[in-house]
Amino acid sequence: MSASVTADIAATDAAMEAPTPGRDFYVRGEHHPENGTLLGFWLYLMSDCLVFAVLFACYGVLGRSYAAGPSGADLFDLKLVAINTGFLLASSITYGFAMLEMQQNHKGTTLFWLFVTGCFGASFLALELYEFWHLIHEGATPQRSAFLSSFFTLVGTHGLHVTFGCVWLVTLMVQVVKHGLIPANRRRLICLSMFWHFLDVVWIGVFTFVYLMGSLA
Amino acid sequence: MKPFGRLFRALAIIPALFALAGCEMVVMSPSGDIAAQQRDLVVISTVLMLLIIVPVIALTIAFAWKYRSSNKDADYDPDWHHSTGLEVVIWAAPLVIIIALGAITWVSTHLLDPYRPLARLDASRAIPEGVKPLRVQAVALDWKWLFFYPDYGVATVNELAAPVDAPISFQITSSTVMNSFYVPALAGMIYAMPAMETKLHAVINKAGVYDGFSANYSGAGFSDMRFKFHGLAQADFDKWIESVKASGDQLDRAGFIELEKPSVRVAPRKYGSTPADLYDAILNRCVDAAKMCVKDMMRVDAQGGMGLAGLGNVFSLAYDEPRRQGGNVAPKARYVAAICTPEAPRDGRTVEAPIAAPLGKRAASEPLISAGSTRLASSK
Amino acid sequence: MTPAHQAPESVLFGRLSLEAIPYHEPILLATFAVAALGGIGVLAAVTYFRLWGWLWRDWITSIDHKKIGIMYMILGLIMLLRGFADALMMRLQQAIAFGGAEGYLPPHHYDQIFTAHGVIMIFFVAMPFVTGLMNYLVPLQIGARDVAFPFLNNFSFWMTTAGAILVMLSLFVGEFATTGWLAYPPLSGIYSSPGVGVDYYIWALQIAGVGTTLSGVNLIATIVKMRAPGMTMMRMPIFTWTSLCSNVLIVASFPVLGATLALLSLDRYVGTNFFTNDLGGSAMMYVNLIWIWGHPEVYILILPAFGVFSEVTAAFCGKRLFGYASMVYATVVITILSYLVWLHHFFTMGSGASVNSFFGITTMIISIPTGAKIFNWLFTMYKGRIRFDLPMMWTVSFMITFTIGGMTGVLLAVPPADFVLHNSLFLIAHFHNVIIGGVLFGLFAGIYFWFPKAFGFRLDPFWGKVSFWCWTVGFYVAFMPLYVLGLMGVTRRMSKFDDPSLQIWFVIAAIGALMILCGIAAFLMQIFVSILRREQLKDTTGDPWNARTLEWSTSSPPPAYNFAFTPIVHDLDAWWDMKRRDYVRPTEGFIPIHMPKNTGAGFVLAVIATVAGFGLIWHIWWLAAAGFVALVATAIVHTFNYKRDFHIPASEVVETENARTRLLAARA
Repeated sequence: MSASVTADIAATDAAMEAPTPGRDFYVRGEHHPENGTLLGFWLYLMSDCLVFAVLFACYGVLGRSYAAGPSGADLFDLKLVAINTGFLLASSITYGFAMLEMQQNHKGTTLFWLFVTGCFGASFLALELYEFWHLIHEGATPQRSAFLSSFFTLVGTHGLHVTFGCVWLVTLMVQVVKHGLIPANRRRLICLSMFWHFLDVVWIGVFTFVYLMGSLA
Repeated sequence: MKPFGRLFRALAIIPALFALAGCEMVVMSPSGDIAAQQRDLVVISTVLMLLIIVPVIALTIAFAWKYRSSNKDADYDPDWHHSTGLEVVIWAAPLVIIIALGAITWVSTHLLDPYRPLARLDASRAIPEGVKPLRVQAVALDWKWLFFYPDYGVATVNELAAPVDAPISFQITSSTVMNSFYVPALAGMIYAMPAMETKLHAVINKAGVYDGFSANYSGAGFSDMRFKFHGLAQADFDKWIESVKASGDQLDRAGFIELEKPSVRVAPRKYGSTPADLYDAILNRCVDAAKMCVKDMMRVDAQGGMGLAGLGNVFSLAYDEPRRQGGNVAPKARYVAAICTPEAPRDGRTVEAPIAAPLGKRAASEPLISAGSTRLASSK
Repeated sequence: MTPAHQAPESVLFGRLSLEAIPYHEPILLATFAVAALGGIGVLAAVTYFRLWGWLWRDWITSIDHKKIGIMYMILGLIMLLRGFADALMMRLQQAIAFGGAEGYLPPHHYDQIFTAHGVIMIFFVAMPFVTGLMNYLVPLQIGARDVAFPFLNNFSFWMTTAGAILVMLSLFVGEFATTGWLAYPPLSGIYSSPGVGVDYYIWALQIAGVGTTLSGVNLIATIVKMRAPGMTMMRMPIFTWTSLCSNVLIVASFPVLGATLALLSLDRYVGTNFFTNDLGGSAMMYVNLIWIWGHPEVYILILPAFGVFSEVTAAFCGKRLFGYASMVYATVVITILSYLVWLHHFFTMGSGASVNSFFGITTMIISIPTGAKIFNWLFTMYKGRIRFDLPMMWTVSFMITFTIGGMTGVLLAVPPADFVLHNSLFLIAHFHNVIIGGVLFGLFAGIYFWFPKAFGFRLDPFWGKVSFWCWTVGFYVAFMPLYVLGLMGVTRRMSKFDDPSLQIWFVIAAIGALMILCGIAAFLMQIFVSILRREQLKDTTGDPWNARTLEWSTSSPPPAYNFAFTPIVHDLDAWWDMKRRDYVRPTEGFIPIHMPKNTGAGFVLAVIATVAGFGLIWHIWWLAAAGFVALVATAIVHTFNYKRDFHIPASEVVETENARTRLLAARA
């Protein structure tokens, strides 16, 4: 509802405590409620956040149950993870550039920065897959201990989210190419932007809580 | 209004029902002091709550009757919808009750904590000087109960006995899934969980035979997972112990592995002797001596794990899978490393000496894992 | 049962084989015959009357929140019949399995029944009923034309249905879980439950849970963003408030359920060690996590019921709700506190006295706002002019029944008392006391109250009263004996008993269940009779009860666009305010109305999800993988559809509104 309508109502409410026949009880004309997409997507992100909260909680409880096996300190390659973190943080910045270009209505550069973002995302995933492959190859499989179960699940769920983010990114790029930066596509780009930054925030938690603290332990 | 008359009659039956059942309600007339205190708490809480519940129900019926639309004599005030005073009352009244009940809860929860050793035999008698509680170790199996009497070196299945007016201290665990150890006449329940130990302190004040059972659903044989708890006079209890000791049956590790296989409606059994460390091995899931005990595993974990060398330990740790498959499955792991020290060779007893830290930083070749091993077992 | 990891699995069919069809079980065979005949009958009727197109266009692909609401209610009703059949079978078994008799159900079958009963009643009866009611009413109560995300709404419904279908399928293909409705590991782990039962459980709840979470997001966004001009938060109808809180709880708790079940499935499918006994797993963590969802869940169900009672009491007492603001605060306080009490479901795990006391006391604190609510209804009745139509009868019955249930609940919140009553039939009696006496009575009150709004005719009062009395009396007869049995130390989930002195109580309880059966039958009879007598029972006014909120300002049933013009709200109880201030219904000046367009995407996605779920349950890996890929592909294809709305032409609006004008004139 527009601000003026609200103000009108407030005014009539204040003025008309007594029954008044002329009071307006309906909007004469078309009424456009606010679009709820961004709020809805934000709510979805919060629900997703709870999924991660559960996984973090599990890691918190089980993260030291090595079952007489290796601990994080034995397994983690901090350098690799630091590079990976760099990829993801960079991808967030490049997504930011894409959004700036979108505001300027520059379709081409928007697509360029989205492409760069996607490349960083894919690199992140590639490194993460390498890390997983390496661990499993060594015998540090998710089945080995509760610690490894919760580690693989937490990091893997984040990776799965990034994968979906990449698929979504490609889809959106195709849609932007096809239809341009129309309002629907802008809304979608904003949603994906929230999603992407959200994953970044989660990753900072993972990096600190799992890798850094795990290596220092 | 006719309908509500009927409803009221239906409600009036409830107390009558309770009275009718009074003599059989074991929770309301238990024979052990702990259960009796818990019963008192049920009664006190109920009475406290009735202080507010009864007026609410009475007012509901009264208002429903008085302000029915056919009663044109009653006041009708469609705009009366707020009264600060009344709202303060309707929030404060339950608040007062809850403050009282909360205080009772805090105190009673601590006093009746099942982990807390008993302070009295019953309301009028303290525990005599120098009396040690009878120790009982209870294990929930699929689907029967195993009881160890470590003070006497005996064990029973599906039969439990204790002397009257003597404190009992239970240690409770389970071998597979969650159960709950419950003798309503004696004391409240506590869960029995694998690889974990819960505790319960109780006393039985009246001789008799009481029902005990698992109060947490545990699978197909759950309904039959019952036993009799015998409250016996001291002399009778001594006789009972003698009768158990007289039994030629012995419960050793192999016997336990046989016993723990799922079975239903197992008749009570008595074992005249049993190794002192069997309960501990069950609790720590290392009845099979090839397994690493949970407490050892946890001690290793507390010191940072066993490093990459521990990667192959799976078989020595996985208890459920081989057991479910009949116990004769070739291990998936490449090797088994058991932790041993010269002081405590791995003859089934577990390591008590602390392991030097930090284990996780050690290389596989360092001696800790294999040093002095009477048995650096390899599965191959 | 041979353990699944030993059973041979084929590439094509996984572990599905003819063995999975329980043709040797006469009960299941008969059920299947009835279900199959009924199903064939319905399909034949739909074909004969050429209703397929209508069904597809007007219902299956509909994104109209009203139709989706009605479909949720139908789903809930169908599943109620299944869940109640399970209840009857349990009552019968427990009434006869005494003194060495095994009853007619072996443990393996009986255990599936009590598990299915719990799962179905909570997830596929109570949840669809509550969601359906919220879906139908919230947009109407806030003066909106639809929910914020109409497509998502349709998708949510079909995902819920997909879950229900998987549960029903387990009846005829394979088996259901034998673990109890929360599937505690290690019992639900692969070693103790190697069969497909727990997998059916996991995937049914997982798929339905996606629907529920999204529907929660949807309704929150609707309530926050789409209220009519002038409807501030503190002018929202109480039902909308309780719906808001309930959906906040959904969004904040269902992800926990989803994640927990996902970890359980990893344990079962991949061999991880979250909740296992070995290698550092902790089953206690599952119990904590599942109740962090499970406790808010009961408030998800009860809050909307509280909302219904608030609306009904105000309408039938002809009075504004007493203490609206305190009602809102009470609802919000309950919402927040419901997260701080989960541990009271397992005081007996041995968490220690201080932890137990904390959770016991927080639980008791919830009874303060709840008590305040009861008083608010009570004082709404005070100086009212109470019409005892069916909704109000259910409300009074609720106030008495729920108060008793609340009392036993607070009793169970005292940890030492819980030590003797936990897992006993006393507990069973308690939660049925609040779920039947609270949620179900609330749903009935709501159904009777809003049925004329949804369908344009009232429900026949005679059969309604028969149903009411059978339910109310039946409830007491069925569950008061369980309180007694609980005090006699009888635990739950038992399939047979030794002590013959218990039998009489189980027989009484079984009689109570039969009375409830009569109540359900009378309810179905009532719907049938009402459809026959719909002309006599017709509501031409749109406001048959002289009620107070916006949904009563439009016609019964409301037009597709709900309101020809968006209402402007000046006061709490907007419609009451409009009536009092001589509101004149607009009869001209209509303009085209912007509406969302139907889509089959939600239905297609849910079908694929069901198939993929089936593949996962039976280890048919190719099917699961294909289903997953298809799911993603369909979702992507759907996003390429940009034309999701249309305008209802002004002429159509004029026609609809003129018809109503004539109807209102004819009445006057």
